[in-house]
Amino acid sequence: MAKYSTNEFKAGLKIMLDADPCAIIENEFIKPGKGQAFNRVRIRNLKTGRVIERTFKSGESVEGADVVDIDIQYLYSDGEFWHFMVPDTFEQYQADKNAVGETVKWLKDQDICTMTLWNDSPLTIAPPNFVELSIADTDPGLKGDTSGGGGKPATLETGAVVRVPLFVQIGEMIRVDTRTGEYVSRVKD
Amino acid sequence: MTTLWRSACDLEPLQQRAKLYTIIRQFFNQKAVLEVETPLLCQATGTDPQLDFFSSKYHCPPNDQTMYLQTSPEFAMKRLLASGSGSIFQICKAFRNAESGRLHNPEFSILEWYRVGFDLDQLIDEVIELLVVVLNMSHKTDTVIKVSYAHIFEQVTGLDPLVFCQESYQRYAKDNAIYDAVELCGDDHSLWLDFIFSYQVQPTLIDKAVYIVYGYPAIQSSLARINKDNPATADRFEVFIKGVEIGNGFFELADAKEQESRFDQENKKRQLNGSVLVKKDYLFLDALNAGLPDCSGVAIGLDRLLMIITNKNALNDVIAFPLDRA
Repeated sequence: MAKYSTNEFKAGLKIMLDADPCAIIENEFIKPGKGQAFNRVRIRNLKTGRVIERTFKSGESVEGADVVDIDIQYLYSDGEFWHFMVPDTFEQYQADKNAVGETVKWLKDQDICTMTLWNDSPLTIAPPNFVELSIADTDPGLKGDTSGGGGKPATLETGAVVRVPLFVQIGEMIRVDTRTGEYVSRVKD
Repeated sequence: MTTLWRSACDLEPLQQRAKLYTIIRQFFNQKAVLEVETPLLCQATGTDPQLDFFSSKYHCPPNDQTMYLQTSPEFAMKRLLASGSGSIFQICKAFRNAESGRLHNPEFSILEWYRVGFDLDQLIDEVIELLVVVLNMSHKTDTVIKVSYAHIFEQVTGLDPLVFCQESYQRYAKDNAIYDAVELCGDDHSLWLDFIFSYQVQPTLIDKAVYIVYGYPAIQSSLARINKDNPATADRFEVFIKGVEIGNGFFELADAKEQESRFDQENKKRQLNGSVLVKKDYLFLDALNAGLPDCSGVAIGLDRLLMIITNKNALNDVIAFPLDRA
């Protein structure tokens, strides 16, 4: 993989740090007029998601990380692995529990997700921003209550639990924002 | 078609720049300080191991000659002083390779001036006088703070910047969660000072409008004289406004031998860093040999000053065509 000098640092650049792939969030060039220049960098560890701060002497170089994001369709899980396919090429990837992580609760067959590949292996999976899922379980609620005030927990077909308005019933489809985990609307057929 | 052809900044900073330059010229005119021009394209450049320069070739058969874009007008202006110019000032461009960021553009504007017969205190007073005018400050003492490097450094960190104790510097770094400093700075005192000053001290210089920090450690003397009463410090000061470094001034080193030995030391450092070695500027050294009058000089970053005057946050907000549009 190519090496990057601190001159090339910018938000989004993927580099290797402590043997983990990382993404630069913010790069600040610091230089006393008559002194050593530094690059003060905020970096996200792409494996753990943790954000750390690092300082480099300007002019140093670090190894780039072979990290790419691809759009990919979720197929199924065999219990141990989650299987995905690139729609255009039919190329398949299997992701383990670590890679799927919290995303598991939003994964529905056929949905197009974003997979981050590191050295061509799945590193993380991000769900679509909005998913449509059916309600597997929720309290029946009071008849005639359509105001939606308050709300109640509902378990979705994928296992995720979200707060929904009182009028939403078992078997209905709802739209959820996966970034916040919040109910957006009912989906009418 | 992109919109990169357009000016990166509004009209207002451009107008403010014109106004600023007019005020500066009036200021020095009144004091009978002569405005001068020196070459941007030079046969030699500084050896400062921390500065990366732009170079090019001048085609003069049979051999090409390497030419450099100046990193500062200092050498040429001192040659004028040695030629008997008297006090001089210049508004010009300077170039530093690989410097780019919120507060850096590889091509930037400098105001540099030299006062023959001034000691450092007199020059500091004149810097304040000019800043009071351009920043439109009321001339009260509480808007300007003069503080020694050792005092402010110790006040913020509890460390003595003039005496290196690696152990206590390391302990301080760990206690203040600047872990990278330990490995990065190692046993390099000057590097420790750069790191700690930039990360810990400088961000505190924001309470008052203007900070003048004087008495820099001798190991960071650059082209300043060593202080005759306290040889651990140099006759050098820096100006900070809102935590941003705006300028740097010296009681100018005039000893050619001392200057040449600093060039040699800096070239040695360059060699260690794997940087290109720089040919010493003999025209400048000859000028010192011929005799530089006792003088003090200072350089002010005009783009940064303009950024502060216009309340902007980045140089790109006050430069019409920064690097990506140049």
